[in-house]
Amino acid sequence: MQVSVYRYDPDVDEAPEMRDMSIELPEGKELMVLDLLERLKEQDPSLSYRRSCREGVCGSDGINMNGLNGLACITPVSQVAKRGKLTLRPLPGLPVIRDLVVDMSQFFDQFEKVRPYLINDQPPPAQERLQSPEERAELDGLYECILCGCCSTACPSFWWNPDKFVGPAGLLQAYRFLADSRDTASAERLRDLEDPFSVFRCRGIMNCVNVCPKGLNPTRAIGKIRGLLVKQGT
Amino acid sequence: MAALRKLEFDGLIVGGGGAGLRAALELAQSGLQTAVISKVFPTRSHTVSAQGGITCAIASEDPDDDWRWHMYDTVKGSDYIGDQDAIEYMCSEGPQAVFELEHMGLPFSRTESGRIYQRPFGGQSKDYGKGGQAARTCAAADRTGHALLHTLYQANVKSGATFLNEWFAVDLVKNQDGAVAGVIAIEIETGDVVYVASRATVLATGGAGRIYASTTNALMNTGDGVGMALRAGFPVQDIEMWQFHPTGIAGAGVLVTEGCRGEGGYLINKDGERFMERYAPTAKDLAGRDVVARSMIIEILEGRGCGEAGDHVLLKLDHLGETVLNSRLPGILELSRTFAHADPVRQPIPVVPTCHYMMGGIPTQVRGQALTQDEAGQDQAIEGLYAAGEAACVSVHGANRLGGNSLLDLIVFGRAAGLHIEQAVRQGISRREASESDLEAAFARLARWNASSSGESVAALKRELQNCMQASFGVFRTEEHMRKGIETLKGLRERINRAHLPDKSNAFNTARLEALELDNLFEVAYATAIAAEARRESRGAHAREDHQQRDDENWLCHSLYFPDDERVAKRTVNFQPATVPVFEPMERKY
Ligand SMILES: Cc1cc2nc3c(=O)[nH]c(=O)nc-3n(C[C@H](O)[C@H](O)[C@H](O)COP(=O)(O)OP(=O)(O)OC[C@H]3O[C@@H](n4cnc5c(N)ncnc54)[C@H](O)[C@@H]3O)c2cc1C
Ligand code: SF4
Ligand code: SF4
Ligand code: FES
Repeated sequence: MQVSVYRYDPDVDEAPEMRDMSIELPEGKELMVLDLLERLKEQDPSLSYRRSCREGVCGSDGINMNGLNGLACITPVSQVAKRGKLTLRPLPGLPVIRDLVVDMSQFFDQFEKVRPYLINDQPPPAQERLQSPEERAELDGLYECILCGCCSTACPSFWWNPDKFVGPAGLLQAYRFLADSRDTASAERLRDLEDPFSVFRCRGIMNCVNVCPKGLNPTRAIGKIRGLLVKQGT
Repeated sequence: MAALRKLEFDGLIVGGGGAGLRAALELAQSGLQTAVISKVFPTRSHTVSAQGGITCAIASEDPDDDWRWHMYDTVKGSDYIGDQDAIEYMCSEGPQAVFELEHMGLPFSRTESGRIYQRPFGGQSKDYGKGGQAARTCAAADRTGHALLHTLYQANVKSGATFLNEWFAVDLVKNQDGAVAGVIAIEIETGDVVYVASRATVLATGGAGRIYASTTNALMNTGDGVGMALRAGFPVQDIEMWQFHPTGIAGAGVLVTEGCRGEGGYLINKDGERFMERYAPTAKDLAGRDVVARSMIIEILEGRGCGEAGDHVLLKLDHLGETVLNSRLPGILELSRTFAHADPVRQPIPVVPTCHYMMGGIPTQVRGQALTQDEAGQDQAIEGLYAAGEAACVSVHGANRLGGNSLLDLIVFGRAAGLHIEQAVRQGISRREASESDLEAAFARLARWNASSSGESVAALKRELQNCMQASFGVFRTEEHMRKGIETLKGLRERINRAHLPDKSNAFNTARLEALELDNLFEVAYATAIAAEARRESRGAHAREDHQQRDDENWLCHSLYFPDDERVAKRTVNFQPATVPVFEPMERKY
């Protein structure tokens, strides 16, 4: 099989290039794209990418496979390869450090901007704070985010304004705390988001939803934040 | 040697998993200059993979639950070589530590009354084993580790510790007095080598499951902290004790949580028989993990395994119904569909015992300070060095860890280490100086790889190492196989010392990291091999076919492996809990 991989080592290369590598796939065994990368790395140890859990929960190996963002470790080669060809690139829109490794600082800066932690101005009780199963269910589809960056780097609005538009991952996170019955800082959180960029740059294109490897729906969360902002404004 | 860039902190935590982040939080909140070094962005640490939950007597499911019952279960689970003072501390402090996590925002699943949901897990009983199965494992669906790790990271974002993310600690800097003064680390993005000096260094580097060919562990679990301690000449404790988890997905190694059996799933052989009823009539599928793993291997060896090769058994869940599976085990459904091509709603999951957890590690006091032994065999604290989490052996897990007890270990002892260091720094422990030659010693290994110009490849040597460990130090062990394994490892040591790092780039050089990790894998594997051969009995996870009985007369003790002379010494187990009567060793029946 032919794999075309984005290669760039600032220490050695003048400019990035796509380099072809070929590899025998074992018969009758399904490989994930990460397995493929591991085999390619045995051929050429200088090939660089991030990975750790190899089961889709750590968020390390978001890359672009034949044009689609996703996690290499849970994407079967057969699902993305087209006519025996596969093109692997780093996540789009972020500076490349080397090969498939991108600099995620902008992504994490936006994450930190939404104050991604529970704020509760009451002193904590001796035991846990109570929360009904229904209240807790509000967090489903939000807390599972693994910060892989697949969504924000597929979002045109984030490409244009990575410093001002919080992006789908950050906004999903913002809503995770707005939706938490234990959080008392909704008003402040909303105030932080009411400028024309933080939320309102979202154009509802849904790229984020289409690529999220955890099946989460940032667009819906963004819609809910908009709803709260509108309600607060009236 | 060129002058190294130097950074200085009061407290340095190597590791951004559950243990490291909990320690960091404690220190940063106290206002001390705190840094966390992590080779992966903290939320990518292996703790994120933990599924089933955190075991702790918070008395939500059962208002009468008692931390002493949890303590009894843990002591029994450890096959009596867990330290009772440490277990007492963990089980009694546990509820406070879990409530703190909830206050930080951890999205626990809830009961109808709004309290934290708890599920049954293996080895947990009521009333000192007399009251039947207990539901004591606090859960956030089957993503408890993810929820816990992200919550701790979020809390740290708030508290303002310095994060050196994607930095790789290479070796400890040890000075002429034998004290630890910090670490040598690589900033991965730039390849810069930095001396990070600190009054106190905490190794919270997690496990080393990657010494085996088949493991539930992440690729980053290469035992770096244990490797660093061994290279610095410090001993490791009970390192022969490796837990094989009953339910790794056959072929893939990916774990499906014990919570599956907690929720009512069970194992069947090729005849469809629920075979655990024969091996553990009372606890059945929720007996200790060592017991279940051995029973499965016996089923397979005696020809009752499933599949064409008869090399696994099946975990049946479909009878629980789709609604329960969707709400309690959503992550398992995903993993099984992806990696086993089996939809648990309709089909059983093929599973096999898979290397999962390192019970041994760097011996520490209850408050986290690392220990060695003096010539008279007395405990001696190592100045400047602490350990917490899976890398440490405090020891609460002894010869067999109970499910859900690791996450509790992380937060209770991560916090304890933080508290202890804070106190020590406030009392003014001095900064330990390291000389040029101390630094050079810590730098030597990295320099060796950087200078290598030919030799075997890292990937091939790693595979040989993993296959050797799998073949000779697996679920069942014998003298003959272990001797052979040790010989193979000795050969490997020579070859690894001459292996080649072809890529010398400074930019995000993962080949260099894998080379450095291979050294660590080797150190852990070799220590495991020597200690396993030395312990001539069967206890907990250490099952020897040539010594099938537990031998309390000779081996009711910790093993302590000293790297410099490859010696295995014994260390007394603590039988002196402060507030409860001691639990005397008994036969372990489930
Ligand atoms: C699949 C799976 C499921 C599990 N489920 C449960 C469960 O339900 N309940 C339970 O109690 N336990 C469970 N466990 C066990 C538990 O998850 C682990 O024991 C625990 O998470 C280890 O945490 P830690 O903080 O010690 O290390 P880790 O989370 O592994 O973190 C190690 C940290 O050290 C850093 N590090 C390592 N080496 C270096 C280096 N050289 N330089 C810089 N940084 C370094 C890493 O970057 C990382 O941040 C499970 C384990 C597995 C494998
Ligand atoms: S829906 Fe909004 S956030 Fe999602 S990709 Fe489109 S513009 Fe970006
Ligand atoms: S929302 Fe989905 S795609 Fe975006 S960072 Fe989270 S897990 Fe990744
Ligand atoms: S390696 Fe962890 S998500 Fe792919």
